[in-house]
Amino acid sequence: MTANLISLLVLLPVGLAAILTMTGQRLPNLSRGLDIAGVAVLLAVSAGLLLTGAGDTPQVIELGSWAAPFGIVWVFDRLSGLMLLLTATVALLALVYAIRRDEDQAGPHFHALFQAQLFGLNGAFLTGDLFNLFVFFEVLLLASYGLLLHGNGRKRTRAGFHYVVVNLIGSTLFLFAVGALYGTVGSLNLADITLKLPEVAPDAVPLVTTAIFLLFTVFLIKGAAFPLYLWLPGAYAHASIPVAALFAIMTKVGLYSVLRVDSVMLSGNTIGGIMETTALIAPWLLWLGLITLLLAALGVVAARFVRRQVAYLIIASVGTILIALGLVTGQSGEAAISGALYYWMHTTVLSAGFFLLAGLILRHRPEAGDGIESAPPMPHAILVGSLFFAYAIAMAGLPPLTGFFGKIMILAAALDSPLMAPVFAVILASGLIMVIALARAGSRLFYQAQATPGHPAHATPADARVAMPGLGTATLPLVLAGAMVVGAQPLSGWLADTAAQVATPGGYLDAVMPNGVLDPASAPGKFGAENDGGHH
Amino acid sequence: MTNLALSLLIGVLTGAGVYLVLRAQTFPVVLGLTLMSYGVNLFLFTMGRLQTAAPAVVGAVEHPTDPLPQALVLTAIVIAFAMTAFVIVLALKARAALGNDHVDGIHIPQADRVLDRNEEPRA
Repeated sequence: MTANLISLLVLLPVGLAAILTMTGQRLPNLSRGLDIAGVAVLLAVSAGLLLTGAGDTPQVIELGSWAAPFGIVWVFDRLSGLMLLLTATVALLALVYAIRRDEDQAGPHFHALFQAQLFGLNGAFLTGDLFNLFVFFEVLLLASYGLLLHGNGRKRTRAGFHYVVVNLIGSTLFLFAVGALYGTVGSLNLADITLKLPEVAPDAVPLVTTAIFLLFTVFLIKGAAFPLYLWLPGAYAHASIPVAALFAIMTKVGLYSVLRVDSVMLSGNTIGGIMETTALIAPWLLWLGLITLLLAALGVVAARFVRRQVAYLIIASVGTILIALGLVTGQSGEAAISGALYYWMHTTVLSAGFFLLAGLILRHRPEAGDGIESAPPMPHAILVGSLFFAYAIAMAGLPPLTGFFGKIMILAAALDSPLMAPVFAVILASGLIMVIALARAGSRLFYQAQATPGHPAHATPADARVAMPGLGTATLPLVLAGAMVVGAQPLSGWLADTAAQVATPGGYLDAVMPNGVLDPASAPGKFGAENDGGHH
Repeated sequence: MTNLALSLLIGVLTGAGVYLVLRAQTFPVVLGLTLMSYGVNLFLFTMGRLQTAAPAVVGAVEHPTDPLPQALVLTAIVIAFAMTAFVIVLALKARAALGNDHVDGIHIPQADRVLDRNEEPRA
C-alpha cells in the first residue's frame, strides 16, 4: 500500500500531464480543476506518508521487481519525503496564484507543463540511481523551459535561451560523469556504487574522482552556486510570477542531489583503497557557499527590481545551505544537516511567497511595476507593505521569523569548525547587507510614494476596495513560517532524526542492497571482488 | 588503433562543440551543443568497452557486449534530439523577437533601435 502511494507521487503527475495536454485550453475549467486536484493529492499523499512515518526506514520500490543493482529503484526516506512535501506546497501556492490572476491563460498547455514539471521533480527526489536522476533532470528541465517561456516577452526569450543553453551544457557534463563512473565502477545505482568504490582499480582512481567532481559541478549548476549561478537572476526575474514561484524548488533539486549523492555514494571509506571519500566534496561546498552567499548579498543590493532581488535572495539561501552542507564532516555534522533542512524548508516556501508578493506589486503599480523607484501609491499599500516587511525580515534572517532560527542552527553547528570565523563573518555580514538592501527597497516602494493628479499620495478609501486576487497565496507562506516558529521544537526534533538518517546511510544501503554486494559469480561485473559489506 | 581513433573523435567533437558554444551567436551555439552531444554519446558507448562481433545479449555468446551503455546511449540520443529541436525553435523565436541572433540580443542594428525603445512594459 505504501509502495503504491509512493509510486502515485510520480505516476499521477505524468498521467495528468498527458490528460491535460488534450484538454488544454479547450476546457480551461476542467484543466484547472484537474491540475489543482492533482497537486492537492500530491500534497495530501506526501504529508500523509511523512505523518505516518513511512520514511522512518527507507522504503525501496523496485520497478518491475528487478532487484538493485540491475533494476531501477525508487527510494522513499524522510529526506525525499520532505522534498516531495515542499514541492507540493510550493506548487499549490503557485498554481492557485496563477489561476486567481489568470496567468495560466497566457499560453497553451500551462497546466500540462506544470504537471510534467512535478513529474520530473518528484522523480528526481525519489530515484536511487544516477542515470535515472539524469533522465528526471531532463524531464523537469524540459518542462521548466516550457514554463519559463510561458506567455511572451523579449526579455523572457533572451533569458530563456541562456537558461536552456546552460542547462544543456550541464546535461552533457552529467552524461560524461555518468559514463565515466559506469566505465570505471561498473554501476549506476547509488548504493551499489558506494559498495564498489573501494574496489576500483588503482589506475582508475583519478578518472573516478574526476567523474565525481564533474557530477557535483552539474549539481551546483542546477543549484546555482558560485561561479555557476549567473543564469539564475535573469531567468527567474523574467519568468512569469507563478512560474518563478514554482522555480523556488528548482535550485533545491541541485542541493538535494548534492546532499543525497554526498551522503550515500561517498559514504564508503575510500576510492580504490587510496583516496578518502569523506572529505572529498565538503570543503569545496563550504568555500563555494561562502562566496555564493557574499556575492548574492551584493546582488540583492544591486538589483533594481523586486523580482531580481528575490532571485538573488534564492542564491543567498543556496549559499547558506552549501555552507551548512560543507560542515557535515565536522563533529556536529548532523546538527549542520538538520539546520540546513530547517533553513531549506523556510527558504523554499518563503521565496516562493516573496515572488508572489512581487507579482502583486508588479501588477498594481502600473507606472513602475516592481521597479525599486517611487511611484504613485498602490492599492492596499499598508497591507502589501506589511507583507513585504515580514518577508524582508524572514529572508534576511532577522528574528522572530524562520530565517533567523535556520541561521542560528547553522551557526551553532559551525561553532566547533576550524572555519568558524569566516562562516560567522560571512553569514552575519551578508545578513546585514541584505537587511539594508531590503529596507531601502521597502522604503522606496511604500514610503516614497509620489502624488500624481490621478493618484493622491495617501490611499483613498476607493483604493482600498480594489480587488487584489492572489493576496491570500502571498500571505499563506508567512502563516506557514509562523507555524514553523511556533512548532520549532517538535519540528527540529523531527529534522534531527532526519539528519541522523541522512548522516548514517547504512539504512539506505541495506534497504537498496540487502545482500551487501551482488554475487560475483552471477554478475559479469568489471569488479567482481568480494566485499564484506564493511560500510556500517 | 580503434581505441585511439575513437578517443580522438570524441575529443575533436567535444572540443569543436565547446568552441562553438563559446561563440556569441545562437546558430553556432546550437551546433556546438549538437556536436557535444555526439561526443558524449560516443563516450557513453565506449564506456561498455569496445568489442567486435559481440551482441549485446547476455548468454548468446561467451563474452557479450555490455548492454547497459547501449541503453544509456539510446536514451541520451532521444533526449539530445528533443533538446536540439527545442533549442532550434527557441533560437528562431529569439531571432524573431530580438531582431538579431546574438545570444545576448544586444547587438542591435540601427534600424532596430526604435523597436528596442518600445519594449514591452516590465511584465
